[in-house]
Amino acid sequence: MLNLISELTIPLLVVIIILYALRKKVNIYDAFVEGTTESFQMILTIFPSILAMIFGINIFLGSGVLTSVLDFIKPFLLSLKVPVEIVPMALMRPISGNATLAILNNLLLEFGPDSMIGRMASVIQGSTETTLYVLTLYFGSVGIRKIRHAMWTGLAVDLIGIIASIGVVLFIFG
Amino acid sequence: MVEKFMVNKIWSFFIVVGIGFALLTGQFEKINQIFFESTKVSFDLTMQIFPVIALWLGIMNIASVSGMLKRMSEILSPFLGKIFPEIPRGHESLSLIASNIVINMLGLGNSATPFGLKAMQSLQELNDKKDTASNSMVTFLIINTSGVTIIPTTVITMRMMYGSAHPTEIVAACIISTLISSLSGIFIDYIIRKRRGRA
Repeated sequence: MLNLISELTIPLLVVIIILYALRKKVNIYDAFVEGTTESFQMILTIFPSILAMIFGINIFLGSGVLTSVLDFIKPFLLSLKVPVEIVPMALMRPISGNATLAILNNLLLEFGPDSMIGRMASVIQGSTETTLYVLTLYFGSVGIRKIRHAMWTGLAVDLIGIIASIGVVLFIFG
Repeated sequence: MVEKFMVNKIWSFFIVVGIGFALLTGQFEKINQIFFESTKVSFDLTMQIFPVIALWLGIMNIASVSGMLKRMSEILSPFLGKIFPEIPRGHESLSLIASNIVINMLGLGNSATPFGLKAMQSLQELNDKKDTASNSMVTFLIINTSGVTIIPTTVITMRMMYGSAHPTEIVAACIISTLISSLSGIFIDYIIRKRRGRA
């Protein structure tokens, strides 16, 4: 059932979008082509940060320094069925979107997208946000300095989201 | 900007500590290899994501031109009215918040940002203390940072790239987990507001 929902969401959404546009007599083909041209600008903006982050993260993780630190909490995490490899991603998630993307990339490459670690990493990436970035950008844009409980609630919600992602993956695929 | 500031520190930390540790433990060859592999990996990743972003932006532009995104936000607005009791009915901030959430749900974080920033401006007009976040702003950003997503485009692309047998099998899990975190965010925020209201 859940697998069916997973695989049908995107195709159904696309059909609905096109049928709605047909009914509104929109020039569908032109609208599509016009929309795709925006992607060039987007890619030019994200490539430098992806390169920077993959470089930094790979040196850091490749050196093995974090692994030696994480070895201490490994038994505790394993007793909860949480793979220790997921921890760096969880730590970076609220701070930097590109760093998280770089770690996700490594995990998918190393363990494969259909492994438990691959699935957990995918769901963490897909269901959480770069909280600190959003808060700074949005509050900064209107000159607000006192952000009250937004910061710690946002971080608490990230933690809940990450725990939920791991839990849901263990529940569905475990 | 916090992200810029933190990224400067984190990035330098990664590189200095990483190289330092690798040299101390004698992994000279490995560190050289990582230098050049990272460039290839990031180029491949960008090139794989690029066409998928293009495809999705094209499809979403159809939804935008046909007015479907606008219609979806109109449907969402009455529910949002309950979560944001301090926004007067029919105020434009509500429909801006709705657009931001709808576009985020469809996996277009970047295109959602302009609506989010406009929503913040609009909420600032309702705000009495201009340097302090209003209740509605905090609630909006808690929902936004909880990551409301139905279609995690980037993740699906990367799963395809690494040869997943079922790239989209994680969609339901993403929806469930984002629902849990968004609802807990709204709930925590509600409790805090109630307590402060009484105190």
